[in-house]
Amino acid sequence: MTTLSLHAPAKNLLKTRELGIVLALALLIAYTAIDNPRFLSGQSIRDNLLNTAILAVMATGQAVVVITRNIDLSVGSVLGISAFTVATMMSANPGLPMIVALLAGLAVGAVAGLVNGVLVRFGKVPALVVTLGTLYIYRGITYSWAGGSQVNADELPRHFLTFANDNLLGIPWLVLIALIVVGTGSLMMRNYRVGRELYAMGSSPAAAELAGIKVARNLLGAFVLSGALAGLAGVLYAARFGTVDAAAGNGMELNVVAAVVVGGVAVFGGSGSVWGAALGALLLTVIGSALAVLDINQFWQQAIVGALIILAICADRLVAVRIARSLRKRDAHV
Amino acid sequence: MLRSPRTLLSVTSAALLVAGLAACGGTTKDSNTNSGSGTQASAAADPNAAVKEGLKIAFLPKQLNNPYSDVETGGGKVAVDELKGEYKLVGPNDASASSQVSYINTLIQQQQDVIVVAANDPNAVCPSLNQARAAKIKVITFDSDASKDCRDAFINQATTEGIGQSLAKMALEQAGSDGGEIAVLSATPNATNQNSWIEVMKTELKKPEYAKLKLVKVAYGNDDDQKSFQEAQGLLQSYPNLKVIVAPTTVGIAAGARYISSSSYKGKVAVTGLGLPNQMREYVKDGTVTKFALWNPADIGYLAAFAGAAMASGQITGAEGEKFKAGKLGEYTIGKDGEIVLGPPTEFTKDNIDQFNF
Amino acid sequence: MSDTLQKSSDIDLDKRPENGRATAIKSRLTSWDSIILVLTVLVLIVASFSVENFGTSRNFTFMVLDLLPIILIALPMTMIIVTGEIDLSVASTLGLTSSMMGWLWNQGLSIETIIPLCVVIGAICGVVNGFLITGLGLPSLAVTIGTLALYRGLAFVVLGDGAVADFPWNYTGWVTGTIGGGAVPNVLILIVVLALIFGIVQHATPFGRSLYAIGANAQAAHFSGIRVARTKFWLYVVSGAVAGLVGVLWTLRYSSARADNGSGLELAVVAAVLLGGVSIFGGKGSLPGVLAGVVLLTALQNALRLEDVSGQALNIVTGSLLVLSVLLPNITTAVRGNYHRRRLRQAASR
Repeated sequence: MTTLSLHAPAKNLLKTRELGIVLALALLIAYTAIDNPRFLSGQSIRDNLLNTAILAVMATGQAVVVITRNIDLSVGSVLGISAFTVATMMSANPGLPMIVALLAGLAVGAVAGLVNGVLVRFGKVPALVVTLGTLYIYRGITYSWAGGSQVNADELPRHFLTFANDNLLGIPWLVLIALIVVGTGSLMMRNYRVGRELYAMGSSPAAAELAGIKVARNLLGAFVLSGALAGLAGVLYAARFGTVDAAAGNGMELNVVAAVVVGGVAVFGGSGSVWGAALGALLLTVIGSALAVLDINQFWQQAIVGALIILAICADRLVAVRIARSLRKRDAHV
Repeated sequence: MLRSPRTLLSVTSAALLVAGLAACGGTTKDSNTNSGSGTQASAAADPNAAVKEGLKIAFLPKQLNNPYSDVETGGGKVAVDELKGEYKLVGPNDASASSQVSYINTLIQQQQDVIVVAANDPNAVCPSLNQARAAKIKVITFDSDASKDCRDAFINQATTEGIGQSLAKMALEQAGSDGGEIAVLSATPNATNQNSWIEVMKTELKKPEYAKLKLVKVAYGNDDDQKSFQEAQGLLQSYPNLKVIVAPTTVGIAAGARYISSSSYKGKVAVTGLGLPNQMREYVKDGTVTKFALWNPADIGYLAAFAGAAMASGQITGAEGEKFKAGKLGEYTIGKDGEIVLGPPTEFTKDNIDQFNF
Repeated sequence: MSDTLQKSSDIDLDKRPENGRATAIKSRLTSWDSIILVLTVLVLIVASFSVENFGTSRNFTFMVLDLLPIILIALPMTMIIVTGEIDLSVASTLGLTSSMMGWLWNQGLSIETIIPLCVVIGAICGVVNGFLITGLGLPSLAVTIGTLALYRGLAFVVLGDGAVADFPWNYTGWVTGTIGGGAVPNVLILIVVLALIFGIVQHATPFGRSLYAIGANAQAAHFSGIRVARTKFWLYVVSGAVAGLVGVLWTLRYSSARADNGSGLELAVVAAVLLGGVSIFGGKGSLPGVLAGVVLLTALQNALRLEDVSGQALNIVTGSLLVLSVLLPNITTAVRGNYHRRRLRQAASR
């Protein structure tokens, strides 16, 4: 029964955590827009959302993995291998419809994620080690395969390139896909049994196993999801940027982890939310474009992102300490 | 317990200090005279020497996976085949200054006859290149020069002045008779080539015929497609009246053109600069770009290979005024500081772009 | 605040594979650090005989220079990982000190002042990490990912994308030179001295043993009188100082102070340390194993390059070795465990 009473205050405090990002975002946008009203123009908003989309899709998968108290550092390399696979496939078969490209990217990513998951669960190798290793391996495979070659925009079919800019009811496909991914992810983690099980696994892996949760299945699922979404992000990347080489997405894992951490997902699992991670991705992207608009030296961007990550984990710590204190008080009353 | 970590710290720092202070003195920037230049081979040139066969000529571009470098080194391969030499291509995956050094070291170990290198940092590669020259390997730089005292010759794609002037001229044409705001989308802020071109361009813009052009910003896309794309986007948000984006880098111009062609600025903002016809074809045809320029990169590699072979055969030493034959390109004369200039850049428009495939 | 301190470490405990019983057998039979030592020696011997130009003295110098940054940073990193923490900010600290070095040099300071100052700057970066992790009880993985971005960002703020290159020849020449022009690179002395100091501290002092105690069970270590927080704090300071020194050496080796120097090196260092048999959960691993891991990676890279195998393929080798370094011991343990159980069962049924 204690678990029930435990959840209510925790949830409320976590809500304020995401509120914090929304507030920071609002402040930043307001300040930038006062300085330069064009920041709120349709084109600018569209650009920001398009830039966020790819990061948000990857952050969704990463959030799920981190909530189970694991990490997936291979996402940048998975994006690379998927982007290159799909771009090569589309340039060789220009007639293929977009949906095939999307599915192919998802499939490539899912396989990469499955390898990670199997090694973590059945090889009993820590996720940090596995995904650091596959970060090298997947990137190495892409490099060896691509050699020096590159797929240029003019080799890709028109419908593939315009996909990034085409709209459905005024919303670009890219943004729509990101919204669907983030929405479904949030719903799954919040309202469905499997989501709650993933949180439980992150809070205490041993307890989760004892409680009869299918840890192996869930863990594999989390890694496959993260891989598949990184693969999907690879397709979106290829469609948006048009030029794909073996280095696509290099170093992106740090941005994704940063987005997740800034978005309030604790690195030791068990707390945080998918939509918080997506907000984190949005915040990081908006900071980048706000700096360009405010004409602040772009070199500050990385330092600011770093400071923000530290600020975010300090805030999480504060929340955690406060929860612990309120729980202790409650226990004392009982 | 408290003492041990402190001991560790103090012992370590003492060791570090000793290491750091091994050579005492008090050298500052002002008192420092750098005498680390390589030993120049002082053999006299013999213009009649035959070009040797079987020369081992290695190409080390800034990075692999760069279509522009691929075209350059492709030209080099053609030349090495004509020279009946052994062609080799190596390079790092990232265009970082230090990663090239390991490759140079490897080439020294393999006793190549000629190293043709595009330097990622003019100084970082210097000690290694001088080691190579001490091992009797001829060092030719192409595309991006290393310091003068650590290479034997530099293949310059065009004179700095020529490119800077051509960039300014294209910007004016694109902005139209009313002029307006222009911005530059460059590679990295310390890219040797781009900076010197931009300098010339700025001097050029001070002339009266360019009075109507206003350079509002130099942005840097780090020769990264995604970054350049976002910088182009940032430029238009900050400067809504922008008329022309001048990108003196093939990555920047392609990313800039791609952004403009997919945004509401298409037709209002012109993109020009230096680009590869294959990458730009699409944007020239859809009207985003009307004119851009470039030399033929394959010729650079071709010329570099011939210069290297001539040098390894003792025909030339890299001194000013020496002449050598470069296959189909004809005869070249070495200029000041060992520079060999390829020739004027070609301008591409929708009328001639289909004649080029690189 | 003591409850905040242990959060990260006691959580790690239940992530550990449940092989307490098998540990003893495992460590005797399949100790990864001895495997890696043998493997390294084998690779060196095979490469010397089969790869042209591998065994030359000049190539030896090149290899030492290539492994210099990784091996030095790996020394304190090994200790940090043994205590169950991690420091991902080292390469950024290196970049920041390199930037600062260029900036200070441009300000007209003497190189003899700049070098110790850069080591101090590195140490200050370590103090910040140490404070956030032990003072505030934040998880080291997240903190150092944050400072990874922060320090690298500051490096760019200090020096922009420019480069400072005119460092004095007697210093840059010392880093790339050899003793008396012979086969032994000058920096090898530095590597040997520091490796000896760290080796002795880690393996032959009470302090070193306390690191393993912390890594095995921070709570227990705390109750047995080990000052867990303080120890970890100083480890981060030392890690920062060494990263600062490597920043100086890196700058001098390439005679080029740049903000992007050493980017991505943190992954190579962590990979080398883990490859050397140090457990990411702490409490396990030895410095000789780590040194062998670094040498193995560098030698493989060097030999493959001499054989004109692309650097890309090496990515695959590095990654696979990393995964295998943990996977293989686990598999052997599992197999032995099965075998053991079957024998017990047979004994019972008899």
